[in-house]
Amino acid sequence: MTETKDGPPVKTWHGIAIAALKRNAVRLATYVPDRVLTPLISALHADPEFTTFATTREEEAVGILAGAWMGGMRGALLMQTSGFATLPNALASLAVPYQIPLLLFVSERGTLGEFNWGQALVCKTMRPVLDALAMEHHTITRLDELDFIVDRSIKQAFATQASVAFILSPLLTGGKTFGA
Amino acid sequence: MTRKSRASPGHDNAKVMNRFDLTRRLVARLKSDEAVIGGIGNTNFDLWAAGQRPQNFYMLGSMGLAVPIALGVALAQPKRRVVAIEGDGSLLMQLGCLTTVAHLAPRNLSIVVMDNGIYQITGSQPTATAGVADIVALARGAGIAKSAWAADEAEFERLVEEAVSESGPTLIAARIDDKPATATTERDPVRIRERFMQGLGVR
Repeated sequence: MTETKDGPPVKTWHGIAIAALKRNAVRLATYVPDRVLTPLISALHADPEFTTFATTREEEAVGILAGAWMGGMRGALLMQTSGFATLPNALASLAVPYQIPLLLFVSERGTLGEFNWGQALVCKTMRPVLDALAMEHHTITRLDELDFIVDRSIKQAFATQASVAFILSPLLTGGKTFGA
Repeated sequence: MTRKSRASPGHDNAKVMNRFDLTRRLVARLKSDEAVIGGIGNTNFDLWAAGQRPQNFYMLGSMGLAVPIALGVALAQPKRRVVAIEGDGSLLMQLGCLTTVAHLAPRNLSIVVMDNGIYQITGSQPTATAGVADIVALARGAGIAKSAWAADEAEFERLVEEAVSESGPTLIAARIDDKPATATTERDPVRIRERFMQGLGVR
């Protein structure tokens, strides 16, 4: 990856994502690590405008983001598909009924060349859960659509106090390949 | 089952107190606008019964997330003191959050654990703290050095005074009895959240 002193080049998917977060005053970045998200996580750590740290579980991050937003600070959670699968209770009992907007970035595993059957199965649970909770979600496959989708959806999430999930397809990120 | 000794002797010397009484003592020692996050169930109910401050947040689910919610408030508002009150069963469900708190070391965050060794609200099944698990030893092991058992009510009050005036993070553990909560919270999540945000000066 080629990074400059001013951060990653803006034409990468992670550069575009960070620019959209900054433009919308998102300053807290929590994550449970994922190989595909690593360039985004590294760039967030390197950027002093963000408070960036790992949590031990995804639902822990949901609690942190909920508290931070109620205290006036906007945040996002980065995770992979299997991490999203741990979230239905926290979403159904905290984020949705309290009308607390979360920004969820999910690196999509389990499709387009998956080598682990468990990942493929858990991936199939993700969109039905999001639909069951009537949560906004977008699967992003194209670099030229990324900024429009993320920027507009962040604004919508905070304006309507409803969470949004960005599912980052391997078509966008390259995904994780066998042996990688 | 043979009972083994605990990692910290403080537990065994601690008096068994009452959650509502301790919660009232805690609320009475708050200086002004500290945020207080109550864990699910009885912890929340007694916080509600101790006086409904706009800076209190009551969970209606999301077991285990009182400490993470408090951490989020503490990060967003570093000048405000934030207290999480949590039960032993709830904390055991989300023990990893203690390591996150220790790692970030927010100076304005305190955790109070009401430990009765049972999942009281679901039928009083024993938790691991009824055996040899020790909340204070777990917290110290996670890296929260300022963690202590309250030996009695007077020491609990002293530890709360320290927690809301000195540099955190801190954890106070109290052994409590199995008395039921004295009231229940309202059940309107949007109203609870909106009032809390008004209490935090965000609305």
